Amino acid sequence: MTGTGPAPLLEVERLRLVAAGPEPLVDDLTFDVGRGEVVALLGESGSGKTLAARAILRLLPPGVRQVGGRITLDGEDLASLPPSRLRRLRGAAVGMVFQEPMVSLNPALTVGAQMAEGLRLHTRLTRAEIRERCLAMLRRVQIADPERCLGAFPHEFSGGMRQRIMLASAMLLRPKLLIADEPTTALDTLTQREVLDLLVELTRDHGTAVLLITHNLRLVARYAQRAVVLRRGALVEAGPAAEILSRPRDPYTRQLIEALPRRGPARPLRREEPPVIVAENLSVVFPGRRRFLRTTPGRTAVDRVSLAVYPGEIVAVVGGSGSGKTTLGRAILRLVPASGGTIRFRGEDLLTAGPEAFRRFRLACQMVFQDPYSSLDPRMRIGDIVAAPLRHLPEMSRAARRARVAEVLDEVGLAGFERRYPHELSGGQRQRVAIARAIVRRPAFVVADEPVSALDMTIQQQVLALFTSLQKQYRFACLFISHDLAAVEQIADRVLVMQQGRIVESGTRDEVFDRPQHPYTRALLRAALMTEGPSAAAG
Amino acid sequence: MKANALIGGTLVGLLAATALTAAVWTPFDPLAIDLRARLEPPSARHWLGTDEFGRDVLSRIMAGAGTSTLIALSTVVVAVGAGAVVGVVAGYLRGSTDRILMAVNDALLAFPGILLALGLMAVVGPTTYGLVLALGIAYAPSVVRVVRGTVLSIREKEYIEASRMIGDSGVYTMVRHVLPNCVAPLTVLATNLFGTVVLAESALSFLGLGVPPPAPTWGNMLAASRPYMEAAVWLSLAPGLCIALTLVGVNLLGDALRDRLDPRMAVA
Repeated sequence: MTGTGPAPLLEVERLRLVAAGPEPLVDDLTFDVGRGEVVALLGESGSGKTLAARAILRLLPPGVRQVGGRITLDGEDLASLPPSRLRRLRGAAVGMVFQEPMVSLNPALTVGAQMAEGLRLHTRLTRAEIRERCLAMLRRVQIADPERCLGAFPHEFSGGMRQRIMLASAMLLRPKLLIADEPTTALDTLTQREVLDLLVELTRDHGTAVLLITHNLRLVARYAQRAVVLRRGALVEAGPAAEILSRPRDPYTRQLIEALPRRGPARPLRREEPPVIVAENLSVVFPGRRRFLRTTPGRTAVDRVSLAVYPGEIVAVVGGSGSGKTTLGRAILRLVPASGGTIRFRGEDLLTAGPEAFRRFRLACQMVFQDPYSSLDPRMRIGDIVAAPLRHLPEMSRAARRARVAEVLDEVGLAGFERRYPHELSGGQRQRVAIARAIVRRPAFVVADEPVSALDMTIQQQVLALFTSLQKQYRFACLFISHDLAAVEQIADRVLVMQQGRIVESGTRDEVFDRPQHPYTRALLRAALMTEGPSAAAG
Repeated sequence: MKANALIGGTLVGLLAATALTAAVWTPFDPLAIDLRARLEPPSARHWLGTDEFGRDVLSRIMAGAGTSTLIALSTVVVAVGAGAVVGVVAGYLRGSTDRILMAVNDALLAFPGILLALGLMAVVGPTTYGLVLALGIAYAPSVVRVVRGTVLSIREKEYIEASRMIGDSGVYTMVRHVLPNCVAPLTVLATNLFGTVVLAESALSFLGLGVPPPAPTWGNMLAASRPYMEAAVWLSLAPGLCIALTLVGVNLLGDALRDRLDPRMAVA
């Protein structure tokens, strides 16, 4: 395809993978990766992008077989290699970085032991030399104290740090090809940017080619030279990344690009009614753990935060992971106890109010959770899940309840789903059920905690659009917690930026996005690639 | 899958039928002693032979079926019921409730089950109710441990928080959301426990603390057969095989039930 220079490093020709089902998982997929090139494999979940990459190293899950096609690495046909030769290629010629930094390092071994493993298997270096190389590589990925890091265990590091360690161990062997499977999806925007910058820099220095598997268009735009778009196991479009993103030829690619959130016209701020909920100097301190003879100090997750949400507006809380935004949402709903400050719901102080006032508050507030796979009871039918909040409205008749459930399910686009179970639904459908459950009682205030970040891009857009239209219809006040600035830009009226438990900046959406004041806000916006995203190029 | 459920169901069905038949009719009186016909091998007259007092083994097996399974079943119900309640409450509420309940539980767990049952039997006396209670209390602590562990992971699920957000009470959340999601480990535990209890009952009977002697149970038949193992192998074989077949049946049925009760396992 590239046509220039020597033969490409990796060639995948007419790859076909099948499992038990009638449809092939990957069908007739052809692409190549040149030496030192960054190629993105782009697709939504279930598009077969991870399987295609795993087929290269023959690390397919049980039940999946390769029935056709050829994979050539550096002129060698991988299918013809005996397993022992293939093992020597894994790690040494082809390195891999996985998606979940929390589980891809062995918690029982020190970082040093795990990093050294590859070098011990694939090289004849002495102990001291291995140690020296590990230290140099850790320094290279900007780990603060490499000496201590070698002796430390994975749980002592944050997700971003672990991903750096993974990257360091993969790059230690100087592979010709690095397969990075959604390497930063589990990280927040700021860390994502740092890790990817590092990855690209490091591979460039070593002349390593990268196969970047991702569903994130903005990453492709920034980091990849070429992109291959997959849909349901088949190639949709391939070519230079910039060209695909600015002039997509295939309708599916176009749909993906259009699914990128973009800013709508600002809505006028409503101030005629008093705020639904007001928090003043709200603090949440997680108590320290009691150890023998001493207590470890507590951790302040939310530090004297004040905010007000008015009827009918969406206030977004943004920040990196660990900034306290989720805890703030939970504290306002009294799901975690506050350590200080006041919360007033329609003027009533919740921390001093009696149980009746608290009950009124509970019945008027709802929450949409982040993980659609954990927020629905797997043993209940969809109809019962959505009807559950109505149990607390004794004046409603059985028939009226059933009618209300049907109506709400219809509004979220799931008419007739009453008898199904959660496991029969896709992630997007589950999140619609969660939204239906939240609005069925016509709440005055809804906290949405990262409601779309677990979903695919196109589904994200649909759910976000549904959420905003329902918000307009029901006019509930909403606290929208997210690290995804693009989604926030699309739907928020006002934005609060949180860092280390404090609100460092607040204002209307346009103020915060166009004239960010605080350096942290600026860093977040830069990391989210909002300035150089393909939406500008496509628009 | 289907075949397993069928085999399990058939075995358990047979067992129930035997126990019910024995209530109205057995070939011989299970307690009638005939000293002229001691330790006879299986014959046309005594299908499974006779024991050391000349009692008909088949009749005793039939009469024992009801007692043994009833004791095992009620013990499992007591142990799993009590264990599930304590486990759910401790795991869901955490805090001091959890600490106190688990301290007591761990103290009980430190004794071997059979020893604990022995002590309790010595206190309440050798009656069938006493036996069920003692074995139930002896085996509940291990159930508590497993259930609490399961609950600890369930309580972190967002649907539990969603239930709180809706305004459900703690008790309602526990009954409606936490308990049903513990069913899978509970069925496995219950079927395993069934086997343990049949054997524990025989051990207690052997020590003279189970069901009082003349009344037959599979356990005390097995225990009584020990001195005659070489001379009259059918004496051990008959109750032994019955216990084994019952366990196979209960286990298969338990597995099938667990899959059946889980909507995720339902075949479309």
